[in-house]
Amino acid sequence: MSKNLRINNKQFVDETRKLSFIFNGKKLYGYKGDTLASALLSNDIHLVGRSFKYHRPRGIMTSGSEEPNAILQIGNDDALTDPNVRATEIELYDGLICNSQNCWPSVKFDIGGINNFLSPLLPAGFYYKTFMWPASFWEKYEYFIRKSAGLGKSPTKQDPDMYDHRYMHCDILIVGGGVSGLIAAKIASDDNKKVLLLEDKELLGGSLIYDDNDISKIDNQKSSEWLKKLIENIKNDKNIIIKTRTSLAAYHNYNFLLARQNLTDHLSVNDRNNKIRQRLYKIRAKKVIISTGAIERPQVFHNNDRPGIMLASAVKKYIDYYGVRCGLENVIFTNNDSAYETALSLHKSGTKLNAIIDIRNNSSSEIVNKVKSLGIQIYWNHTVVNTKGYKRINKIIIMKLNDKGNDVVGKKIELNCDCLAISGGWTPMVHLFTQSGGKLKFDNKDNIFVPDKTNLNQLSIGSTKGDFELDDVLKNSIKDTKKFLQIENSNFDKIDVKCSKEKEKKNIWLLPSDKPLSKTKPFLDYQNDSTAKDIKLALREGFKSIEHVKRYTTTGMGTDQGKLANMHALGIVADTTNTNMGELGTTTFRPPYTPLTFGTIVGRNVGQFFDIFRKTPMHDWHVNNNAKFENVGQWKRAWYYPKDGESMHDAVQRESKAARESSGILDASTLGKIDIQGTDANEFLNRVYTNAWSKLQIGKCRYGLMLNEDGMVYDDGVTTKLGENHYLMTTTTGGAANVMSKLEDYLQTEWPELDVFLTSVTDHYATASVCGPNAKKIINKIFKDLDLSDESFPHMSFKEVRLGNINCRIMRISFTGELSYEINVEASYGKYIWEKCIEAGKEFNITPYGTETMHLLRAEKGFIIVGQDTDGTMTPVDLQMDWIISKRKYDFIGKRSLYRSDTIREDRKQLVGLLTDDPNEILEEGAQIVKDENKKPVNMLGHVTSSYFSPTLKKSIALAVLKEGKKLKGQKLLVPMIDKTIKVTVSDTVFLDKENERING
Amino acid sequence: MFLINCPYCGERDQSEFVSGGEAHIARPKQPTELNDDQWAEYLFMRKNIKGIQFERWNHAHGCRKWFNVARDTSNDKIEKIYKMGEQPPKL
Ligand SMILES: [Zn+2]
Repeated sequence: MSKNLRINNKQFVDETRKLSFIFNGKKLYGYKGDTLASALLSNDIHLVGRSFKYHRPRGIMTSGSEEPNAILQIGNDDALTDPNVRATEIELYDGLICNSQNCWPSVKFDIGGINNFLSPLLPAGFYYKTFMWPASFWEKYEYFIRKSAGLGKSPTKQDPDMYDHRYMHCDILIVGGGVSGLIAAKIASDDNKKVLLLEDKELLGGSLIYDDNDISKIDNQKSSEWLKKLIENIKNDKNIIIKTRTSLAAYHNYNFLLARQNLTDHLSVNDRNNKIRQRLYKIRAKKVIISTGAIERPQVFHNNDRPGIMLASAVKKYIDYYGVRCGLENVIFTNNDSAYETALSLHKSGTKLNAIIDIRNNSSSEIVNKVKSLGIQIYWNHTVVNTKGYKRINKIIIMKLNDKGNDVVGKKIELNCDCLAISGGWTPMVHLFTQSGGKLKFDNKDNIFVPDKTNLNQLSIGSTKGDFELDDVLKNSIKDTKKFLQIENSNFDKIDVKCSKEKEKKNIWLLPSDKPLSKTKPFLDYQNDSTAKDIKLALREGFKSIEHVKRYTTTGMGTDQGKLANMHALGIVADTTNTNMGELGTTTFRPPYTPLTFGTIVGRNVGQFFDIFRKTPMHDWHVNNNAKFENVGQWKRAWYYPKDGESMHDAVQRESKAARESSGILDASTLGKIDIQGTDANEFLNRVYTNAWSKLQIGKCRYGLMLNEDGMVYDDGVTTKLGENHYLMTTTTGGAANVMSKLEDYLQTEWPELDVFLTSVTDHYATASVCGPNAKKIINKIFKDLDLSDESFPHMSFKEVRLGNINCRIMRISFTGELSYEINVEASYGKYIWEKCIEAGKEFNITPYGTETMHLLRAEKGFIIVGQDTDGTMTPVDLQMDWIISKRKYDFIGKRSLYRSDTIREDRKQLVGLLTDDPNEILEEGAQIVKDENKKPVNMLGHVTSSYFSPTLKKSIALAVLKEGKKLKGQKLLVPMIDKTIKVTVSDTVFLDKENERING
Repeated sequence: MFLINCPYCGERDQSEFVSGGEAHIARPKQPTELNDDQWAEYLFMRKNIKGIQFERWNHAHGCRKWFNVARDTSNDKIEKIYKMGEQPPKL
């Protein structure tokens, strides 16, 4: 602080609390209440970064979220560091560490700066045109582009911070706590509405709260004094919930909005422990009022990007709010009256103002007259034609405009200037309005887009709506809010507002220079280095749509999303093509309005909470017995149980051998279970399954195949008839929810006349499936009184028995081909019955097996798994399961589709078995099958769907879908792999026990 | 994320519902009588219009009931909600 840049200001900055921070390795000081930007400026630091393409030195330009240049890396911790943080938005805290981005090796000496001198070679579309070819060069390009471009670095470690989500509901949501938002909040609250007021800064009041001129008066008080009283009033209002440091990220349909609140980013790192860093609010509002204000526009002239060139409103805010002078040789360059407020602030704070350059011919408003009376030199009808100073502006050169404003005349005048405050008028922040689907209209008077039509219950007020002068802002906000809320009278009805009124307007999108355009650099998008030249080039090359021009020139595609640049880009396109700006339309504003961290978006849904998962009642047993799990839908299913360091292959071989030779046990609790009741339950099954159900007797089970209406296999499972009008259907694990909703759909919409009720009971029952030659002996040990003879309890039948107090439903059904019993008990007894089976089976080496072994065992028998051997394109005929299609039934879901011209084609892919010539060679699932691999293009005949090594058969087996597979049995085919070609022979799909003898033990 | 007024439960967030496509396509009573083209008309052909579209919706994470919705596809505005079996409103 060698220069005298701090002005005493006790209102918003606490000079008793000195804070230290480190910028690019240098220790500096600021005060509580500073932003990082104001603290840097108070240390006379403007240069903070380099631009993206030309690596030109860039300085702090604004005081808000529209900042294109002052984008810093905050923190140096691998987990906590934050890239792309706007210095204008982050509040200073003690110990803050920050570094410039996008400069290599340093902000003061940047190798990429050479691009600046090469810039004639780097026009719009340069990257598209150059780095496209040759493709093999891309790796070389990439190295340099990444090294010298790149915006900041991402954290490399897991984010240790906590984030939170919360739902909120309100009658009126007000976005933006400036004067119009505050008035609207008060009017709504006085009408007994529940109001939620969001403000992205730490304090309410917007720009009026630090307004210090003597011209604006509300009810005969200084406007900022009047506003302070209103804020006090609102803070004590029970109808109004205020969330500060909260910015609206997205405005979706039906008044659903997302807002992000910063809770700890302004605290020193030590004070953040165990606190939630950011909270995402999911808001449903009956009505929304947008009062987000307006952003000042820059002016577009040659070399308008030097550090020290800032928005006039920012220069004013740094003085009036933060007490910081941005320079000691100030010049204002404007096309409108608002910059004269900056002149008054500079004057009042005793800061030197060398001159005002105004492109207008004159202005005679109250505020301009006041500035004139202070003796400040004003150059009317002049423009800046060039600026000097590489790392900080030190001089400007101005010239007189001609009558048309498209050229300059007369002599050059050189002025000293270390801070050029520019103003090109104001742009309403209509981003949220357009995000919500609202349509804009163009206002020719102020050259702005303003909200027009919307389908939602919302209102834009204040400068968001295009009102810029205090009396318009207040009176229209009051009037519009009352109308919006259907209120007759408010406490603001007699408000008296005095302010200066602008009379002269003039706007030139691209200001002329004494040099030809091709020799100048009038920047539009400071971050992406796009200039007015680039826009003109894009137009010459035939790009007409504004969306195309934007992408080709990258205008408005930086992290600031072109908040400053868009209007000038549009204006230049309109001028060049002789189009009306209203007809051009704008580019699309997409959420989020300001960047969100990923942490905020995911909230608490991280780690084990990322997705819900389901556990069976026996889950803990599996864990304790070293099971490896696989995800099946949301279920965690035991996959295999490795013993003593076994590989998966070895474990599966052991498990499946045990199941075939003695006994195995599987946790089948995850299968979907649907309880079906009603007098039409049997008819219902006839309609949803392909086979006939009419003759099924009570106590019997039947396998069913369910199709989609297009004839393709959808699901399968065994259904048991529990009583006259009572069935228990099982479905695949993954298909349970879909089958349930599909059946419900048919019942409610196609067959409402059927008396059928469906209840999902998947979670209600646990299932232990005991199989193998010794299964009967094990079941007998547990259920001593149960007659297990084939006469009394044959295959595909069901018994209900009690074990103490436990009601057990036992089905004798088999998915392995072995004698097999499935014991279903209420879920809470699941672990008990499982352990009972393990205990009883000990002497028979009962072996728990997982899904992998189950898949192997069923594949040996040629049983399909829906979703593995089928993929939504397989009919039962394709699966060679013609036997399950009832010929007698008049109709069932999908029947008509089974004889469409496409489904009766004989050259469809059909399910077959495959045997490898080398019995030890295991095919890869998904591998392609071909006949001739030399004839290009190679004709793909099908692919492997299931493949295993069978320990019982001592050879590899596979299932596959193959074009015309039924006809190809015995044929030799090839499975080409990356390093070899495997010879295979097409076989039957049943590899083991074709006679089905094992099923009886 | 729109709001849907379930005729059985009241207004709920869209995330509780699933869409079931175009409404008022009745499953033919006698599919076997239909030729391939007629069956394909039922099976595959769906409108995709800009404007008011009649759709089926299911309160999947609520009462599980199906009902009909007349929705303007250009802005997701729901013009009318009516029960299964009722005739589409004239809009
Ligand atoms: Zn409902």
